[in-house]
Amino acid sequence: MVATNEVLLEVNNLVKHHLQRSSFLSRGTSAYVHAVDDVSFKVHRGETLGLVGESGCGKTTLAKTILCLQPATSGEVLFEGQNILQLRPKQLRPLRQKMQLIFQDPYSSLNPRMTVGEIIAEPLLVHNICSRNERQKRAQKLLDVVGLAPYHYRRYPHEFSGGQRQRIGIARALALRPQLIVCDEPVSALDVSIQSQVLNLLEDLQKEFGLTYLFIAHNLSVVKHISDRVAVMYLGKIVELTTGNNLYQTPLHPYTKALLSAIPQPDPQRKKEHIILQGDVPSPVNPPGGCRFHTRCPRALPICSQKDPSFREIRPGHFVACHNLDL
Amino acid sequence: MSTRIDTNPKLTQTVSPRNEATYLQMVWRRFKRHKLAVASLIVLGCLYLIAIFAPLLSTHDYRAVEPEIRLQAPSSEHWFGTDDVGRDIYSRILHGARISLSVGFVAAGFAVLVGTIVGALAGYFGGVIDDILMRITEIFMAFPTFFLLITVVSLLPRSIFNIMIVIGLTSWPGLARMVRAEFLSLREQDFTEAARAIGASDRRIIFRHILPNAMAPIIVSTSLRIGGAILSESGLSFLGLGVQEPFPSWGNILNRGRNFLRYAPWITMAPGLFIFITVLCFNFIGDGLRDALDPRLKQ
Repeated sequence: MVATNEVLLEVNNLVKHHLQRSSFLSRGTSAYVHAVDDVSFKVHRGETLGLVGESGCGKTTLAKTILCLQPATSGEVLFEGQNILQLRPKQLRPLRQKMQLIFQDPYSSLNPRMTVGEIIAEPLLVHNICSRNERQKRAQKLLDVVGLAPYHYRRYPHEFSGGQRQRIGIARALALRPQLIVCDEPVSALDVSIQSQVLNLLEDLQKEFGLTYLFIAHNLSVVKHISDRVAVMYLGKIVELTTGNNLYQTPLHPYTKALLSAIPQPDPQRKKEHIILQGDVPSPVNPPGGCRFHTRCPRALPICSQKDPSFREIRPGHFVACHNLDL
Repeated sequence: MSTRIDTNPKLTQTVSPRNEATYLQMVWRRFKRHKLAVASLIVLGCLYLIAIFAPLLSTHDYRAVEPEIRLQAPSSEHWFGTDDVGRDIYSRILHGARISLSVGFVAAGFAVLVGTIVGALAGYFGGVIDDILMRITEIFMAFPTFFLLITVVSLLPRSIFNIMIVIGLTSWPGLARMVRAEFLSLREQDFTEAARAIGASDRRIIFRHILPNAMAPIIVSTSLRIGGAILSESGLSFLGLGVQEPFPSWGNILNRGRNFLRYAPWITMAPGLFIFITVLCFNFIGDGLRDALDPRLKQ
């Protein structure tokens, strides 16, 4: 992995609120789900930025908003310095070639009525990149690249296993030779034995094509394995962002510490302190004021329920949002 | 019972290395398991052949009025008997099949076309478009169907084509709702999202990604609707608002026999039987298709 200092993707104060449809009877009392709330980070060209957080914390919404698949409420997303949230659909289309998405569920992400060849060649067809023959050649090449056989070209998705389907999804994402690929939990729906195969494939592809990944997961060991830097998300906000090593060795945010302490230890001799968080994640419709985490934080101070901690750089390259840090 | 060596041909078929069946072949294989549907398909095929070759198969001129042989019971000369002006009912039924069967197809086709377009637009785009289209659909649904049919038919010039369109006009709303529901759920699927991520146009997503996956319920409902349309046409003709004499349709032959039900039941029996069999066949085929096309029953 050759991460550079050039910023490929920059997200500034991105906010995404889903309107919860008010029912016919309770008209006027509309509520908003605060799925992504004031999130900022940068992704450098060639690196893999891991994004972890528990289910429902807004990871997928963040990914889809960055790719303009859902309109953002406010904030900006700069891709190669251009704010893509302001572009009209027509202007956005050429940019779609540069950023692609790999889905979590390999079963629903492939159209069951199209052959594998049609699925992989479709991006080329949509952007009118090459002739029919050339498309077929390229699609078969891509099948080879992701570890499938060229004769799978005419098969339908239902003839493949979960891991193979995920490879098809990866081939489709690669077809346009994108620079950024957002991987939305690409392995969490797969068997453990297949997970590592797909992860290795993603790493090989990154080296071969110089890809940049935004890698979303809720499995910490998976993220540790593949990421250069890791961002931790809690209830729509990023609470800590630093390099993989820093995060795993010297986590600063209490939530990160709790998450890391939950990783199972393979060595029974080594006793580790377990931080068990109390209670459940608060509802994103009505997030707690101040620091989002204060309701469950073992080290909460009075200020935590009043003031939202700023997301600041504590050490070079180590960002945390917390009032009570022992450095 | 004697023991026998079980050689199940199906088993050997599935064991054979990768028979690469296309989607249609799979559907056909599952459809064949539905015996009633296959039988219905054969019966309907015969009916359509009869309709196509009606002039060759009919024994008399269907318009020839011969008062001296009126109200004759079925015989070797007049297979289904004659009506009150002495026309051969067998020949009239054959020619009536042309009208009744084509009314079914055109009316159902029209309903499917309108219903699919309205449902697809409403389901895919949502928002204001959805609201407007669905309110229009509900207005159509709220009208008593037959009342609407009678009103519109009496306003328009009575051509067969108009009757087809009117029947189609009254039967699209149910389909529009169904297609809308399919689109709403398919729109949220990951593969639709993937198509948008690669920059596919709305038109491409609708026609290439969503519609093919929504085809199964549309096809099933079409086959049921054809039966319904044939019934509607018969009903209209029965009331004297459908196909006009001297042209025969199953409905107006039935209508003609109404007054002679006591002494000449064959006049009503023959067309009634044909309507019954045709509608029944379309319903069985609809059932068979539903089972064959449903991916959840994939084996």
